[in-house]
Amino acid sequence: MADLRNNFVGIKSPNPFWLASAPPTDKAYNVERAFKAGWGGVVWKTLGSEGPPVVNVNGPRYGAIWGADRRLLGLNNIELITDRPLQVNLQEMKQVKMNWPDRALIASIMVPCVEEEWKAILPLVEETGADGIELNFGCPHGMSERGMGAAVGQVPEYIEMVVRWCKQYTRMPVITKLTPNITDIRRPARAAKAGGTDAVSLINTINSIVSVDLDTFAPSPTVDGKGTHGGYCGPAVKPIALNMVAEIARDPETYGLPISGIGGVTTWRDAAEFLALGAGNVQVCTAAMTYGFKIVQEMITGLSDWMDSKGHKTLDDISGRAVPNVTDWKYLNLNYISKAHIDQDACIKCGRCHIACEDTSHQAITDMVNGVRQFEVKEEECVGCNLCVNVCPVENCITMVPLAAGTIDQRTGKPVDPNYANWTTHPNNPTAVQAAE
Amino acid sequence: MGRLSPGITSGRLSDADYEANFADLHPRLDKHEALVASDRCYFCHDAPCMTACPTSIDIPMFIRQISTGNAIGAAHTIFDQNILGGMCARVCPTETLCEQACVRNTAEHRPVEIGRLQRYATDVAIEQNVQFYERAAPTGKSVAVVGAGPAGLAAAHRLAMHGHAVTVFEAKEKSGGLNEYGIATYKATDNIAQREVDYVLSIGGITVKHGQKLGRDFSLADLAARHDAVFLGIGLAGVNGLNVEGENLSGCTDAVEFIEGLRQAKNKADVAIGRSVVVLGGGMTAIDAAVQAKLLGAEEVTIAYRRGKENMNASPFEQDLAASKGVTIRHWLQPKRVLGDGSKVTGIELEYTALTSAGLAGTGETVTLRADQVLKAIGQSFEADGLGGLEIKGGRVVIDAEGRTSMPKVWAGGDCVKLGEDLTVTSVAQGRDAAMSIHRALA
Ligand SMILES: Cc1cc2nc3c(=O)[nH]c(=O)nc-3n(C[C@H](O)[C@H](O)[C@H](O)COP(=O)(O)OP(=O)(O)OC[C@H]3O[C@@H](n4cnc5c(N)ncnc54)[C@H](O)[C@@H]3O)c2cc1C
Ligand SMILES: Cc1cc2nc3c(=O)[nH]c(=O)nc-3n(C[C@H](O)[C@H](O)[C@H](O)COP(=O)(O)O)c2cc1C
Ligand code: SF4
Ligand code: SF4
Ligand code: SF4
Repeated sequence: MADLRNNFVGIKSPNPFWLASAPPTDKAYNVERAFKAGWGGVVWKTLGSEGPPVVNVNGPRYGAIWGADRRLLGLNNIELITDRPLQVNLQEMKQVKMNWPDRALIASIMVPCVEEEWKAILPLVEETGADGIELNFGCPHGMSERGMGAAVGQVPEYIEMVVRWCKQYTRMPVITKLTPNITDIRRPARAAKAGGTDAVSLINTINSIVSVDLDTFAPSPTVDGKGTHGGYCGPAVKPIALNMVAEIARDPETYGLPISGIGGVTTWRDAAEFLALGAGNVQVCTAAMTYGFKIVQEMITGLSDWMDSKGHKTLDDISGRAVPNVTDWKYLNLNYISKAHIDQDACIKCGRCHIACEDTSHQAITDMVNGVRQFEVKEEECVGCNLCVNVCPVENCITMVPLAAGTIDQRTGKPVDPNYANWTTHPNNPTAVQAAE
Repeated sequence: MGRLSPGITSGRLSDADYEANFADLHPRLDKHEALVASDRCYFCHDAPCMTACPTSIDIPMFIRQISTGNAIGAAHTIFDQNILGGMCARVCPTETLCEQACVRNTAEHRPVEIGRLQRYATDVAIEQNVQFYERAAPTGKSVAVVGAGPAGLAAAHRLAMHGHAVTVFEAKEKSGGLNEYGIATYKATDNIAQREVDYVLSIGGITVKHGQKLGRDFSLADLAARHDAVFLGIGLAGVNGLNVEGENLSGCTDAVEFIEGLRQAKNKADVAIGRSVVVLGGGMTAIDAAVQAKLLGAEEVTIAYRRGKENMNASPFEQDLAASKGVTIRHWLQPKRVLGDGSKVTGIELEYTALTSAGLAGTGETVTLRADQVLKAIGQSFEADGLGGLEIKGGRVVIDAEGRTSMPKVWAGGDCVKLGEDLTVTSVAQGRDAAMSIHRALA
């Protein structure tokens, strides 16, 4: 049995599955249920300053997109940080941490960008026995209009400044949560590191409008006839989150900075992918909000079974393993040549591969051979782009087969070069560096 | 020899026909089919399907595990509750159990294919021989299990898991009970019954002694004296008689016996079947006997049942299956006389029945059907000697909610007790739960 115990910047939890700061972690009732169900840790719903709490809309907060069978693919929300008084949250956190000493409990915080505010709240949080803090620089709606959340997260200098305050005023590990609503995710990560953060977590939600009601001409969720952009999360955002995690993991300036991966984690497989791209653990919100806390059991057993089947013993055996394989386009091997291959026994003759290639790509798949409906790859035209693989409805029917070195590429008439060569040295590249003689 | 030969003969069909007829009724889903089928599950809260499963398998969880590509994890989830989940996936009347309760059955009359998904996952684990359970440290206690059917095997496995030394006493030469001798051939292809027995026994700590019959080779009192506890899972070894004239003519046999012969036949072409076959009864056994008679090449097969369609124990799915194979089901007919030529069956005289204020009664009107074989599927009966003073009621062993009998140190479960339906899955549940009760008692 694989050992799933997690040690993230010194914070220990029995498994790497934490609930992200959001409604599932809004109060003791939920968090108690989450721990009973097996979650390794929680990041408590974001706390604000002492005083009257924020208010939420009382109409719909969520919008979504679904697959045809109502599978929830993406969720959008316009909720703010916790709307409960700070003291109530702090008391509950303290009690829960006492009840569950082996689980991670992190306090998420968002207060105005003023040193005194941070200085005031940190001792209160520390007093609860929380294992660490997460700085919410991500919330893309509502809070950002008030100069907090994403409004801070989009200005690297502010991030660095706030992180520095936190490192100064608390002994607790600091996790900086990043917003994806930015052009280059490496900038805020570098700033957080410069400020002394122990880790970054990402992504928070993405600015979005999920749909427009065409009868009322209003975006949804619609509150009394009007809508606003909300934060997008769930399975649909995973590819964006994976890329951002990888960007930070492989950036020489932030290399080695611990990352808590967030965004669309729904199954063990998603979690394993985040870990492979350099995350030390993962946080989950939408999957729990869709299926309930029990879903973590699938993630735990799935990750453990997969690790067993591959002989991985601990999380360290997989964390970051894919990072060296993420590179820039310019370093991809241009001498690597693959061709699509259609398994004629598996093909159901729908013609999608043909029309995709014929209309929009390289005219490399037949639709007729000797007068009968037949779909075959014309090797002399195929550039190996993989489009047909992606549109074919039959799994593994079309596969990309690499050409062995020395074989003739029917398209160019040239033999496949066994040597690695990339764009930086390519003759067509005006800035190509000349290979050393 | 030939398709229309009169009397009871073998080799009515070509080899290819036999092979096709006795192939897997619902072949295993391939990976893609399993993913598509699993995608339909809503991962319901407090899932109704799970409540409807007599062994309470966590159905939403195992289906979710299949959908994430973790078939082995799915099998683990299934076996945690039901170590015979492989056979149950094949033989459970899902249309009256989990799949009937599935919310997608409620919504669109198309349940999630729970049974077939269960088969997919368990097949993968059994084929790869992935073992999920280890024996706990030996407790030094010894438990005797009588009968190696579903109830006995489930009990033995659970007891072994908890470190007890288990000895199974089985009257027959093979283990598996009706999984090996009774279930329809097309539901238990590829020797799955024996493969499953091997899989279950691999946990270790279980010794099976074949050819050991309670009442003949030992008594219950002997066992109770030699072991710390005894579990009885002896099923229903007897069969009910017709008690009508002509019952002893050659060609009038018991359906369970006929199926046993068929299941044990190496070559289906060697199994003799009549040209015209009448099956008496209305349960699963009647359907299985009739369908398999048809598949063996009988020209006409009629089930005669003494009550109406809605009273049949066989589910609508089973009835449709019989109809699709060309079996005629006739209702409100009870046997009056088996007709013969002095030695062999030539037909059967049936009397129409009706419900009266005094219950079911013959109307006096009769009909005669041509038949060279009559198969009796009118119920099995409890039959065992050597039980001493064990309390029996209504022909079954009396137990309490935990499976305890009237005798100290003795538990029972499966078909031999009167509690729940006579199904493989109920027997597994009872065997498992009795084992837990034994474990608690021995602690
Ligand atoms: C023809 C037929 C078809 C069926 N089809 C289905 C189906 O499709 N689905 C379904 O869910 N259920 C089906 N059933 C019912 C199901 O098979 C039984 O409910 C189940 O097998 C009962 O399990 P058990 O362990 O209690 O008894 P059994 O399976 O009968 O096993 C009892 C075991 O005890 C042994 N034994 C008996 N007496 C003694 C003794 N004195 N000493 C030692 N050993 C003894 C027997 O040899 C046998 O191995 C069918 C039954 C029949 C007869
Ligand atoms: C309704 C809702 C409220 C959220 N509130 C917060 C919050 O208070 N603080 C925070 O840091 N992130 C908040 N998030 C963002 C989540 O923590 C998480 O980063 C995001 O949903 C992506 O993960 P997911 O795809 O698993 O949902 C919220 C998300 C949702 C859906
Ligand atoms: S999920 Fe609960 S709180 Fe939300 S709208 Fe539905 S019933 Fe109301
Ligand atoms: S898309 Fe796939 S299935 Fe359809 S014709 Fe092409 S190869 Fe065949
Ligand atoms: S009831 Fe149907 S949809 Fe719901 S969990 Fe069970 S199988 Fe899935």
